[in-house]
Amino acid sequence: MPLYHDDDQTMLADTARQFMAEEGAIAKQLRHWRDRECKDGFGHALWKQMAEMGFTGILVPEADGGLGMGHVEAGIVLEEIGRNLTPSPFLTSSVVAATALGQAGDELRGRYLPGLIAGESVFAVAIDEGAKHRPERIATRAEKSGNGFRLSGRKDFVVQGASADMIVVAARTSGADDDADGVTLFAVPKDAAGLNHDSVRLVDSAMASHLTLDGVELDGDAVIGEVDGGREVLNRMLDAGRVGAAAEGVGVARGAMDMTVDYLKQRKQFGKLIGEFQALQHRAAHLYSEVEIARAVTIKAQQLLDAGAQNASLMASVAKAKVGKAAGLAVKEGVQMHGGIGMTDEYDIGLYMKRDRALAEFLGDVHYHAGRVAELSGY
Amino acid sequence: MSDLDTFRAETRAWLEANCPPEMREPVQGEDDVYWGGRKATFKSEAQKAWFEACRDKGYTVPAWPREYGGAGLSPAEAKVLREEMARINARPPLSSFGIWMLGPALLKFGTEEQKRKYLNEIARGEIRWCQGYSEPGSGSDLVSLQTFGEDKGDHWVVNGQKIWTSYADKADWIFCLVRTDKTNKYQGITFMLFDMESPGVSTKPILLISGNSPFCETFFDDVKVPKDQYVGEINRGWDVAKYLLGHEREMISGADNSERGAGIGAMLKRQAGELDPVLRAELAMFDVDALAFSAMGEKFLDEIKVGKAHPAQPNMMKYAGTELNKRRHELLMAAGGSAALEWDSEESRGGAAARSWLRTKANSIEGGTSEVMLNVIAKRILELPGA
Repeated sequence: MPLYHDDDQTMLADTARQFMAEEGAIAKQLRHWRDRECKDGFGHALWKQMAEMGFTGILVPEADGGLGMGHVEAGIVLEEIGRNLTPSPFLTSSVVAATALGQAGDELRGRYLPGLIAGESVFAVAIDEGAKHRPERIATRAEKSGNGFRLSGRKDFVVQGASADMIVVAARTSGADDDADGVTLFAVPKDAAGLNHDSVRLVDSAMASHLTLDGVELDGDAVIGEVDGGREVLNRMLDAGRVGAAAEGVGVARGAMDMTVDYLKQRKQFGKLIGEFQALQHRAAHLYSEVEIARAVTIKAQQLLDAGAQNASLMASVAKAKVGKAAGLAVKEGVQMHGGIGMTDEYDIGLYMKRDRALAEFLGDVHYHAGRVAELSGY
Repeated sequence: MSDLDTFRAETRAWLEANCPPEMREPVQGEDDVYWGGRKATFKSEAQKAWFEACRDKGYTVPAWPREYGGAGLSPAEAKVLREEMARINARPPLSSFGIWMLGPALLKFGTEEQKRKYLNEIARGEIRWCQGYSEPGSGSDLVSLQTFGEDKGDHWVVNGQKIWTSYADKADWIFCLVRTDKTNKYQGITFMLFDMESPGVSTKPILLISGNSPFCETFFDDVKVPKDQYVGEINRGWDVAKYLLGHEREMISGADNSERGAGIGAMLKRQAGELDPVLRAELAMFDVDALAFSAMGEKFLDEIKVGKAHPAQPNMMKYAGTELNKRRHELLMAAGGSAALEWDSEESRGGAAARSWLRTKANSIEGGTSEVMLNVIAKRILELPGA
């Protein structure tokens, strides 16, 4: 498969680009909700509109009422989300949670997928425990209780957790905290007794929960996949989420870079456009190169994931790490090249820096993924 | 089964039958690479058999048309062949500047007669070409070149000096940029072809920091070049040169070279057991960049085939690919420790690590420096002012 978008994908990209530029624009969404101190951090009306566009069910199989498309298509939407810093539940609900539900039985799929496709439901995922992503270790416990389970533990960085109708929780049904086996995934409804959110605002104005599970009682049918066999489902969620976050990061990087290059063509100092200075030209050109490479490996990872290729997980980590580096460079160079104005809240470039920081941390940062690349490569 | 699947199966069977096991081992030294030409000799029977099998099949230049010595493969078929050769680590049967550089220029700008003659000679490994571009006073600013061809009716008389002519001492013919109009900088250069055995041509190898001499100084002292030995139009050789530079940059970038990927860390772990944690971290960061760049190479080649790549994208590939390769060799030296310092011992295969490390420093200079590449990206892709 060639490493560029085919005609259908190009059409989708044009549609998504136009839609996000109009409806998902920074002033209309990110700043609007931020300045109102919205408790969700995003707009439900936009989520409905995204459903009308067909975006919400992009990864949901056609048999379940979705579009049955792949990670390349989800990535196309995510890149435009990133470019416009559009706050929405897309990455967590339509990519990570949808991947989990794809592994669930008919009952759970029937209960949750229609709401996702319609843009009426929002889902969150509770994986991290502690401030750094380390999914190899899961301490949250799910003990057998009657016909079901009783969950206890604490989860962090549950993005949009307090807004979610359902949270996919990774818990341990057997073994020690660091065991690969013994993990089980649960679909936890928002009104479950014992579920407590400490919802905090993050640097990028998104909301995230410190989630406490205090003896949350669930029926056996809340289990996604097999009891004790959740690691495989979790890995699928992680691959999908990492590749998705990479795609959004590419959008953030390209948005910041375009904005910065435009600025170099407008701002005058010393009687010249600052874009005439070679010191800045070379840095901008280097940035372009890094962002292009990051985009290429992201598309590669999407294609491998869609093909179920054996090295898809490795390349998902390569993409997440490479985008982390490239987007990090884009926003840092962006603020620096904007000079003083780049430090003001009024100007958008700083918002790119904030979003990049949060996205970089989501499902593992550069260091985590570079380390994972080393491990998977045998050292 | 699709046509491409059938082709893959046939190719796999053909390679199995024709590529000797020795030709599936990594290239160790310079003489493992077969360059062809009048003076060429084969290092081994296996090298000879592999070259001849490929030559007869058109696989020295698989994508060139059959009438010019190629196999006439479609881009998709050529990709399959590349993948299948990579799968068994098959060495390239023939390497040459004729294949990488002059060939593409002739395919685009050559006359039918030129294509039939020169392309077949290149494909069959009969003539080894070298490139006469840079001059002592014209490096990054190549268009300022001074080597002059005086018009003498049915021939030119060429005088001047070229530098960094790779393997000029081993080449049979040269493709060469010669000024034919001193009043017009860009439209006063002709892309000439001539025999290195012509009277008045002399070469002198340059000893490099690697201790090797792959490059030469080449002198032209009243060299007679027949008036029909040029490509494109007289005085419009810069168009050909620019087109070719794109190919050269693409080639140096290693866009189609999967070998530049990861692997140092795993090798070191096997050899030494434990890795220094800081070195491991650096290797991991390098592998992220290397694996990402291999995807970029694939994307770039896919896009080139269908005209989707930005025309200046080879400059980006050259910049990123060469900087990456330099970093790779820095890490290989760090991984090798004092063993990698050995200069001529048998164990070090004649100082292969150190010499390769030093050689790679030229990657970001030859064919346009990294700084020139960044200038071109700034100007032609980002469209920054005054660049």
